[in-house]
Amino acid sequence: MSDAANPLEIVNVTMRFGGLKALSEFNLVMKTGELVGLIGPNGAGKTTAFNAITGVYPPTEGDVRVAGVRVNGEKPHTICVRGIARTFQNIRLFKQLTALDNVRIACHAGATTGFFDALLVTGRYRSEEDRIRARAEEYLSVMGLSHRRDELARNLPYGEQRRLEIARALATGPKVLCLDEPAAGMNPAEKTDLMQLIRSIRDQFGLAILVIEHDMRVVMGVSERMLVLDHGVTIAHGKPEDIRKNPKVIEAYLGDAYLEEKHIALSQEASK
Amino acid sequence: MTEFLQHLINGLSVGTIYALVALGYTMVYGVLKLINFAHGDVYMVGAFAGYYLAGTVTSEQATLGRASLITLASMLICGAVGYVIERFAYRPLRHRARLTALITAIGVSFLLEYGFQLDAIIKKPIEFPPGPSPRFFPVLLDLGDPFTFLDVTVPKFDVLAIAVAAALMVGLQLIVYRTRFGTAMRAVSFDSNVAGLMGIPVNRIISGTFVLGSMLAAAAGVINAGARHKIDPLFGLIPGLKAFVAAVLGGIGSVPGAMVGGLVLGLAEEFVVGYTASSYRDAIAFTILILVLLLKPQGILGRVTVEKV
Amino acid sequence: MRRLPTAVRSFLPFLVGIPIVYLLQRVFEAQGWDFVALLLVNIGVNVVLAVSLNVVNGFTGQFSLGHAGFMAVGAYTAARITLSYAHIPILGLPLEWSQQLVFATALVAGMITAAGAGFLVGMPSLRLRGDYLAIVTLGFGEIIRSIIENTKALGQATGLSGLPRLTTLTWVGAGVIATLLMARRLAVSTQGRALFAIREDEIAAEAMGVDTTGYKVRAFVISAAYAGLAGGLIVHVLQLATPRSFTFIRSIEVVVYVVLGGLGSITGSVVSATVLTLLLERLRDIQSFRMVGYALLLIILMLARPQGLFGTRELWDLPFFKRRARKAAEATPGVTP
Repeated sequence: MSDAANPLEIVNVTMRFGGLKALSEFNLVMKTGELVGLIGPNGAGKTTAFNAITGVYPPTEGDVRVAGVRVNGEKPHTICVRGIARTFQNIRLFKQLTALDNVRIACHAGATTGFFDALLVTGRYRSEEDRIRARAEEYLSVMGLSHRRDELARNLPYGEQRRLEIARALATGPKVLCLDEPAAGMNPAEKTDLMQLIRSIRDQFGLAILVIEHDMRVVMGVSERMLVLDHGVTIAHGKPEDIRKNPKVIEAYLGDAYLEEKHIALSQEASK
Repeated sequence: MTEFLQHLINGLSVGTIYALVALGYTMVYGVLKLINFAHGDVYMVGAFAGYYLAGTVTSEQATLGRASLITLASMLICGAVGYVIERFAYRPLRHRARLTALITAIGVSFLLEYGFQLDAIIKKPIEFPPGPSPRFFPVLLDLGDPFTFLDVTVPKFDVLAIAVAAALMVGLQLIVYRTRFGTAMRAVSFDSNVAGLMGIPVNRIISGTFVLGSMLAAAAGVINAGARHKIDPLFGLIPGLKAFVAAVLGGIGSVPGAMVGGLVLGLAEEFVVGYTASSYRDAIAFTILILVLLLKPQGILGRVTVEKV
Repeated sequence: MRRLPTAVRSFLPFLVGIPIVYLLQRVFEAQGWDFVALLLVNIGVNVVLAVSLNVVNGFTGQFSLGHAGFMAVGAYTAARITLSYAHIPILGLPLEWSQQLVFATALVAGMITAAGAGFLVGMPSLRLRGDYLAIVTLGFGEIIRSIIENTKALGQATGLSGLPRLTTLTWVGAGVIATLLMARRLAVSTQGRALFAIREDEIAAEAMGVDTTGYKVRAFVISAAYAGLAGGLIVHVLQLATPRSFTFIRSIEVVVYVVLGGLGSITGSVVSATVLTLLLERLRDIQSFRMVGYALLLIILMLARPQGLFGTRELWDLPFFKRRARKAAEATPGVTP
């Protein structure tokens, strides 16, 4: 069997905006099926990392490789076809389109028919359309949204909108799925369901998943390993249990005073 | 050499007009991110305001005082027009899609252009609307024979016009950079939401911006009409578009940019037309526009803004 | 229906529609109702213009103000061809048939050159944001006009006169069918959905694998081609092609049709183009009032109902049509509604 390239390799990526260094020497190698969490206080550079990976901005320095191919500076739609899909921090669904249409558009990534086929309604076009519809229905049902297929995206309740965004991203057939704060705005029950969903997506589709999340329970619950950013710098990298106890991480989030309190609580816990 | 100087002077003369009108575009774009299509027509309204005032204001003598009065009065009238346009056509659309406001702006522009082309409804003391035929703008100032030096002929009026335009621009610079209003205006142009949260009365600042821009356009209208003497309701159409190009050239949203852009455009037009004797005069502006937007969309003095995803 | 070969199925609307329109034309000719025929021709041309512009402004959400420029390109191309060849019997055909053939070629050629112009304009412009795109397309429209005004072979400012009056109701009918077919098929297709996605959220569309620039340019090219068709049709009824017919005022008129009807609604464009053309006929004498009327209409529309008459809804969104489609889908397995 050939040596399959890692789905995603980020090597020493730095992002500069004018004089501002939003991301410094970011490194990450993801293997197929891995669940990685990316955390950090607000403004730490997490979404910037996502934007660098998905081609929204070309990295100022460093390399991004998808399945072994260097994708620096390629347009987002090309990178998507190569295998990176994402959701957005502020949901970016196609609001006036139905749930089904939202997913169908993603199915088209890499479709073979063009305008000509559509205008002449060729046989090839019709079978492609049927294929796309079938696939879209499948993704909707995986996310439990089949009953919403004809509903306009903007009419869906918030939790379902987030699920729809994930369904849409999945429909592009990615190797790596990047979820940007998927649990934002959810209640605890929904968050538990989400964690289950993320794991089952990984199991069912065999892809690598990168999650940005602020809710510690969620991200530590799904991640196999985690990276912590602060002011663009990676300050910690490891298993969730190690990250939880890492003083640098705690300091970045909560400052020195909390560290004192936590130290006391931890030692109390340790002595139990 | 003579030719060069002649074109230079003409270019500056035309350029300052463009600059004055461009300032209105750029300031409004700065605070509202809207291209006020109707701005060129405010320039036209200014010219007509001057025309009507010159016809009705007391004495027949062409004096500096009278000319200044007419100019000032028409600036005030256009300021009011600008205020009304913003208040009733643009403010209700503040939170809608920008395209909606753009279409409305086109509507207002047409309303002015074609409204002015209707046959007169009011007959006395003035014939309003003026109708489609061009009107003769009276001589506001008789300054005597033109200057001549080095075989270059410069009408004295043009020199005065450039001086007045320059004075107005300096005045605007002072307002924008040295007064509280100006600072507030700049704050609103950076981020109107935050400016509002900081206690800046955003609506009033925006209204003020429109008033200011319209006043400058009016001045430009009167000055230009005073030099060329022929005005008609579509008189603001092409200069308006060109002034917009000037604003983009200089960097839309940048006040010094509008001035620079206006002068550069005026000079470019004069020199290209002068030396190639082409009939592509108007196309020059559009060509510059397209080149700027394709090559350096932020213009000469504009900032590059990165949109955050 | 599905068992028919692709070629027939694609062109079925033409095969049905053209004979009907032709019949209508003959009836009008027999009754001497030239006025009505002319009115319908004007309506048809405006429908073609409105629906084609809707593809860019409505489906894709880009704001193009240069439609008249593409009209002009198509018009002048067609005019040059008919002026040169319409009076010569070609291929040994009797003159009448030969003329029709030349006209067909002229119209298609006009569409092709207009499409080319659309590509040249679209490629660089479509990277620009909304308001800038509007101005640039306006600028390009004016540049096209400037070029025409300065080209001897195109008659410069006076234009090309003495064009044969080849546009009949049948030709216009064919044009309208072609345009509606294009728009409708696009709207229900994958490619059309991609255009809608671009309109809704360009960044998300790009992230979902849609080549936004490529699609925008294609939409632009198609739209320009049909504008060229409209141009070719109109000059062969006016029998004159002058730059004054293709000013940006014309572009804005088409924008009014589209906005009034509802950006994105084909039905809306058809209805508003028809209504406004009829209205114009009534107000023929009051030229300047017409523009003032347009202006007020635009302003009031934007303030009160920016989504226009139909918003993004179509005739076929009505429950009646949806039910029929669903029944058909249920009857035949694996059918795309």
